[in-house]
Amino acid sequence: MQPKPVALKVLDIISIILLGVATYLALVFAPTELVMGDVQRVFYFHIGTAWTALLGFILAAVFSMIYLITKDLKWDRRQVAAIEVSLVFFLITIALGSIWARPVWNTWWTWDPRLTTAAITELIYVAYFMLRQGIDDPDRRARFGAVYALIGGLSAPITFFAIRLFRTIHPVVISGSNPEGQGSFSMTPDMRVAFFFALFTFTVIFIDLFWNRILLGSLQDQVEQLKLKVTM
Amino acid sequence: MVNKATKMKSITANLSQPSGNFTKAVAAVVWKDLRAEFRSRELFSAMLVFSLLIILIFNFALELDIKTRQSVTAGVLWATFAFAGTLGLNRSMAIEKDSGCLDGLLLAPVDRSAIYFGKVISNLAFMLIVEIIVLPIYSVLYNVNLFQPGLLLVILLGSIGYVAVGTLLAAMSVQTRTRDILLPILLFPVVIPVLLAAVKASSGFLTGADVADILPPINLLIAYDIIFIAVAFMVFDNVVEE
Repeated sequence: MQPKPVALKVLDIISIILLGVATYLALVFAPTELVMGDVQRVFYFHIGTAWTALLGFILAAVFSMIYLITKDLKWDRRQVAAIEVSLVFFLITIALGSIWARPVWNTWWTWDPRLTTAAITELIYVAYFMLRQGIDDPDRRARFGAVYALIGGLSAPITFFAIRLFRTIHPVVISGSNPEGQGSFSMTPDMRVAFFFALFTFTVIFIDLFWNRILLGSLQDQVEQLKLKVTM
Repeated sequence: MVNKATKMKSITANLSQPSGNFTKAVAAVVWKDLRAEFRSRELFSAMLVFSLLIILIFNFALELDIKTRQSVTAGVLWATFAFAGTLGLNRSMAIEKDSGCLDGLLLAPVDRSAIYFGKVISNLAFMLIVEIIVLPIYSVLYNVNLFQPGLLLVILLGSIGYVAVGTLLAAMSVQTRTRDILLPILLFPVVIPVLLAAVKASSGFLTGADVADILPPINLLIAYDIIFIAVAFMVFDNVVEE
């Protein structure tokens, strides 16, 4: 068993420190929003986790394509790592969004395109893990996982555009605006600092968790191989 | 490497042989399925009875009186087709796997995608036959005229998208430990665009909406069909490889 690389240990510590600073910036440093009040502070981590989760899902679709071409199990481990971390991050995004929506939209949940797509995306990747769990042969598990990750990765954006045929009330804070969005606001410079710092922090945390998960995946494979050797 | 070699071989084989060979292989798979089904009728009868039962359940669940009927008919129809569809897809692949027929098909010196297209066409045929029987029954039971060319087109396009993805996923799910319960879990989140667009277009036709309102969902259905048939065609090799 190879020891954990020093760079990863350093990155672990940096992630924890960054998370602390980002929490301070979001909760104390950033000014309180005029209309919504303190609940708007959820926004910084909401976007941070959402961005990294989407990044992970896109990465997973790319990895699955690479796996299907190269058939190297290394890419399968990366794909699983990306999806697993993103699944958790996206769940956090949805939970934070709900906390924000309760006072601002006056409901925990609404069937808006983004919310619906988020829920369906979560279900797609939960189904992905159920599929993998039902297969013992590692090669077949990797192939089926890659095929399903590819299909799911294609279907999720189509779902989003399909629901977009209806109206949306989700606010668009960055780039462009949705005139029908409820709960939009414009950021002050201090808010921007907290916002971009949160984005950066969650990207670093994502890379750290992703890296850890890949190492864990290769350890799992080693254990599986050792078990096979013992039974033979 | 072996995989690449066989792929190259199949490509060169396809090039050297007349293209009629591919269609012949597809037709053979379809013919086999239809003939087996014509003799046993187990798949078709299960799907049909199941569909009728779902419509019956919706009748009680939604209190389908004249007012609600207008707005929910499209939704009830597509929910029925989606549930009955998984039943058919599951069974049609499970038969192949259990009887060892799939291994036989894989041994045949034809391109694997021919097997995929053959299964898609026969699954589509079963689904369309069930739909063609369900439509008049629904029309009679609820006094709605469902025989409009636009609606039939939507049903065709929606069923193609549903079956194109469903056949690929059914081929995967029958090879897992949890086979029967896994297919709907894999399939439903991925075919939501189809169901959404199909329901929207169908209810548009039923309520006599503007063509400009119906066109976007129909375009979406066509795009979905093309994208997913192309993707399934490319990845099917990975699903049946031993």
